[in-house]
Amino acid sequence: MKKLTTAVLALALAFLPATGLMAASVYKVGGIFSSTGRASFLGDPEKKTMEMMVEKINASGGIDGHMLEAMIYDSEGDPAKAVSAVNKLIHKDKVLAIIGPSTTPTTLAIVNFVERAQVPLISCAAGVKITSPVKPWVFKTAQSDLLAVAAVYQHIKAAGIKKIGIITVANSFGESGKNQLLNQAKDFGLEVVQAESFGAKDTDTTAQLTKIKSAAPQAIVCWGTNPGPAVVAKNVKQLKIDIPLYQSHGVASPKFIELAGDAAEGIILPTGKILVTGLLDGSDVQKKILESYQADYSAKYKGNVSGFGGYAYDAVNILANALKGTGGDKGKIRDNLEATQNHIGATGEFNFSGKDHNGLSPEAFVMVEIKDGTWKLIK
Amino acid sequence: MDNNSKQIRIEHSLFICAVLGLGLFTENTYYLQIMTFIGINTLLALGLNMLMGYAGQVSLGHAAFYGIGAYTTAILSGTYGISPWLALVCAVGCAVFIALVVGLPTLRLSGYYLGMGTLGFGMIVNILFREWSSVTGGASGFVGIPVLEAGPVSFMSGRNYFFLVWGVVFGAILICRRILSSRMGRALRSIHDGENAALAVGVNTHFLKLQIFMFSAALGAIAGFLYAHFVLFISPGSFGFMVSVKMVTMVVIGGMASVWGALLGASLLTLLPEVLHGFAEYEMIIFGLILMVVMIFMPQGLTRGFLDIYEVSRKKRHRGKQT
Amino acid sequence: MQEIIQYLFSGLTTGAIYAVIAVGLSMLYSSTELINFAHGEFVMVGAMAMVTLWVQLALPLPLAMAGTIALGCCLGLLFERFAIRTARNPQPIVLVIITVGASIFLRGVGMILWGKDPFSVPSFSIHESIEILGAALLPQSIWIMVAALALAGGIHFFLKQTLTGKAMVACAVNQKAAWLTGIPSEKMAVLAFAISTGCGAIAGIFIAPITMSSYDMGTILGLKGFCAAMIGGLGSLWGAFAGGILLGVLESLGAGLISSGLKDAIAFILLLLILYIRPGGLFSAKEAKRF
Repeated sequence: MKKLTTAVLALALAFLPATGLMAASVYKVGGIFSSTGRASFLGDPEKKTMEMMVEKINASGGIDGHMLEAMIYDSEGDPAKAVSAVNKLIHKDKVLAIIGPSTTPTTLAIVNFVERAQVPLISCAAGVKITSPVKPWVFKTAQSDLLAVAAVYQHIKAAGIKKIGIITVANSFGESGKNQLLNQAKDFGLEVVQAESFGAKDTDTTAQLTKIKSAAPQAIVCWGTNPGPAVVAKNVKQLKIDIPLYQSHGVASPKFIELAGDAAEGIILPTGKILVTGLLDGSDVQKKILESYQADYSAKYKGNVSGFGGYAYDAVNILANALKGTGGDKGKIRDNLEATQNHIGATGEFNFSGKDHNGLSPEAFVMVEIKDGTWKLIK
Repeated sequence: MDNNSKQIRIEHSLFICAVLGLGLFTENTYYLQIMTFIGINTLLALGLNMLMGYAGQVSLGHAAFYGIGAYTTAILSGTYGISPWLALVCAVGCAVFIALVVGLPTLRLSGYYLGMGTLGFGMIVNILFREWSSVTGGASGFVGIPVLEAGPVSFMSGRNYFFLVWGVVFGAILICRRILSSRMGRALRSIHDGENAALAVGVNTHFLKLQIFMFSAALGAIAGFLYAHFVLFISPGSFGFMVSVKMVTMVVIGGMASVWGALLGASLLTLLPEVLHGFAEYEMIIFGLILMVVMIFMPQGLTRGFLDIYEVSRKKRHRGKQT
Repeated sequence: MQEIIQYLFSGLTTGAIYAVIAVGLSMLYSSTELINFAHGEFVMVGAMAMVTLWVQLALPLPLAMAGTIALGCCLGLLFERFAIRTARNPQPIVLVIITVGASIFLRGVGMILWGKDPFSVPSFSIHESIEILGAALLPQSIWIMVAALALAGGIHFFLKQTLTGKAMVACAVNQKAAWLTGIPSEKMAVLAFAISTGCGAIAGIFIAPITMSSYDMGTILGLKGFCAAMIGGLGSLWGAFAGGILLGVLESLGAGLISSGLKDAIAFILLLLILYIRPGGLFSAKEAKRF
C-alpha cells in the first residue's frame, strides 16, 4: 500500500512540472479592431472571427502544444486609440504578433510603433499604402484597392465603355479608391469626365449626381462603404440616370441590398469569393475553406459571414501557420510570414514574398451583379 | 503674498519631483507613453483653461489649433524637409496668426454665439484638412513625419519624449502662472467677474480676450507639434469636433480657473478610456454618464468639488468639537 | 438651367430635413434659453424607433408614429428631470457640457440597442420620384416639409393662443415674474423639453425613409440643424424653418456649382457669416432673442 501511494505521488510530482511548463507558455496574440465607431461593420466581424478561430485552434491542441491567448482592443476607428492600444499590446501584454487594425488610418498610425518594436503586424485594412512600400514587419490580408479598381475597370473596358463619372466617399477608403480610379483610368483607355465626393453620412447626393449626369458619362463608378453608396444607388434611380452603376467591394455585403432595396438591381461590383460561396464551381480552390468558415461562424454567432471577417480569418490562419516551430521568436515568425506560399484563404490565395506583403492576385476578386435581390456571378 | 509664493514654490517642486520620479523609474514603455499623452493633453487643457476659466470665453473648435500645429510641422518637416524646430516656430506663428484673424470678429460675440462661432471655425478647418489632400494627405492621413532630434539626442524612445513633453508642460505652467499674477492676470479676472464693470474701469477687454485667445492657440499648436512627432502619423479624424469637445471637457471637469485643474482634467480624460477598455461596448455610455454626473453635481470641476467636500466635512467636525 | 432646378429640388429635400430638426431646437431655446446639443440624438431615437416599431415589428404606421413620439417625449421628460433640473449650477457652459454628455450617452445606448448597422425605412407613400420641370423630387421630401410646417405652425399656435403656451413664454421672458403670477415654472420647463424632444422624434420619423438610419446619424444632423436654427434666428420658429430650407438649398447649389468636397463647409461658413453680420439671425430683429 505504502509503495503504491509513493509511486502515485512520484508520478504526480513528475508530471507537475511538465503541466506547469505547458500552462506557462501561452502564445499571446494581439488584436486591434474598430468594433465600435464608424468602421464597426469592419471591426465587429473581424473581432468575432479572431475570437472564434483562437478558440478553435486551442480546442485542437494549440500551436506546437502552446495555447493561444487573444488580447483584443477596440480602436473605435480612431488612430490615437489605435496607438495607445498597440503600445499596450507591445509593452504591457507583450504579444508575439498583432492582427488588425481594420482601417487604413488606424493601421498607418501604428506602423512606426510595430516597426520600432519589431513585432509582426497583419493588417485587415485595404489601403495600398500599408504594404507599398514594403515594410519588413507589416503584412496585410485585405485586397488592396489597386486590385479592386483594376477588376472594375477590366469589366468596364470589356463592355466597350470609354467615359465614366466617379463619385466617392470623403473618407480614407473612398479617397484611396478615388486615387486608384484616377491613376489607372488611362491604363484601361478610360476617361474620367467628372469626379465628385460626398460625406459618409450624407442623406442626399442628387446634386453631385446631377453634375455627373451633365458631363454625359457612359457609366458611373461609386466608391465607398455603407450606407453612403446605398443612398447613391437610390438617387441614381430617382434621377432616372439610365447608365450602368458600378460599386466597390466596400458594399459587398447583404446589408447593401437591404439598404438600397429596388435600387440595387443591376449594380455590378467586385467582391471576394466569400460573398458567393454557394455559386462557386465545385472545383474552385477556395470553396471548401469558405464553406467551413461559414459553418463555424454561423454555428457560433448565428449570422452570415462577410468579406471583412474573412480578412481576420485569413490573418489568424496565416499567423497560426507562421507560429509553428518558432517557439515564440518574433523574428522567426516574421520570416515564416514572408515565406508563406499557396495559402488558400477566405479572401484569396496568398503568396507572400520579400517584395509583396499583401500576397494576393487579381483572382482574389470575382465580379458580381445584383439580380432579383441577390448576387449573380458574371464574367 | 509671501505665503502664496511659498505655496507656489512647493507645488512646483512637488511637480518636478513627480515628473522626474515617474520618468526615471517607470520601466514599462506603455505607461511612459500614456503619461506622455497626458502631458500633451495637459498642454491643450492649459491653453483652453486660460481662455475659458480666466477670460470666460467658450471655445468649441479648439482642436483646430491642435491640428494646425500638427499639420504645419508635418508638411514643413515631412514634405519639405525643413528642420522640425524651425517648423515648430512656424506652427506656433501660423496658429497665432489664424487666432488673430478669427478672433477679431468672433470674440465680439458673447455666450452661445461665441461658442457657435468657434464651433463653425473648428469644423471648417477640419474639412480643410480633409479636402486639401494634395498637401495634407487627405482623409487617409499624413505619413512620414520625421523624428525629432537635437544634436546627439534622438526624441524617439519613450523616456526621452516623456521628458521633452513634460518639460514643455512645466514651462507652460510657469508662463501661465506668470501671466496670472501680472497686471494682465488681474485684468483677466476682472473680465471674468464682470465684463461691463471691467470696461467701465478702462480695461481693454476685446484686446485682452484676443491676446489670451492667441496664447491658447499657441499652446494648442505646440501640443499638435509634439503629437505629430510622437505618433509620426496624423489624420483629420484626430482633430475633429469630438476632440474639441473632449478638450472642453478636460477643462470643465478638472476645474476652470485652476492650473492644476487642467492637469487633473487631462489625466482623467486620458486614463478613462484606458480603464474602460474592458467595457468595450459600454464605453460610450459610461463616458457620457460620467460627464453628466460630474457636471450636475460638481459643476465647478473636480478640484473645486473635492475641496468643497473637504471643507464641508472639516466644518462638520469643527462644529462637533465645539458642542 | 436644367441642373439648377435639380439642385434646387435636392436642396429642398435636404433643407426640409434640416428645417424639421431646427424647429424643435429653436423651440427649446425660445422656452428655456437652453441649447440642447443632444437634439440630434433625439432625432436618431425617433428614426431608430420607427425601424423597430414599423419595420421590424410591423405595427401599423399611425401606431408606430405615436409610439415613437411618446418615447421621444418621455426621454425628454426624464432628461429634464434628472439631468437639467438637478444641476447645481445652471451656468450656460455647464448645461452645454451636460447636454453633450447626454448626446454621448444616448449614442452609446443606441449602439447597444440597435447595433452598429444602418437601416432602411420605406417611404410613407409612393417610392417613385415626381418629375417637375424635368427635375426629380422625392415625395418623401414633401412629407418632411409638411411635417416641418405643421410643427412650426402648431407650436406657434400653442405658444401664442393657448394659456399653457402663453405661460411658457412668460417663463422664458422672466422666470421670477412668471412664478409670482402663479405659473409653475418647473412644470413649464418639463413641458418645454418634452415638446422639444417630441419634435425631434417627429423629425426622425419623417426623415428615416430618406436617410439611412444608424446609431450615429444624430451628430452631423444635430450640428446642421443647429446651423439652420442660428441662420434663421435662434428662438424663431419660422426662422428655423426658413433657415433650414435656405441651408439645404445653398449646400446643394454649392455642391453642384462649386465643389462637392466643400459641401459640409458651406453650412459652417454660412453660420460664421450670420454670426458676424447679423447674429440675431435672418428673420429676427438685430439683437432679438425670441420669435
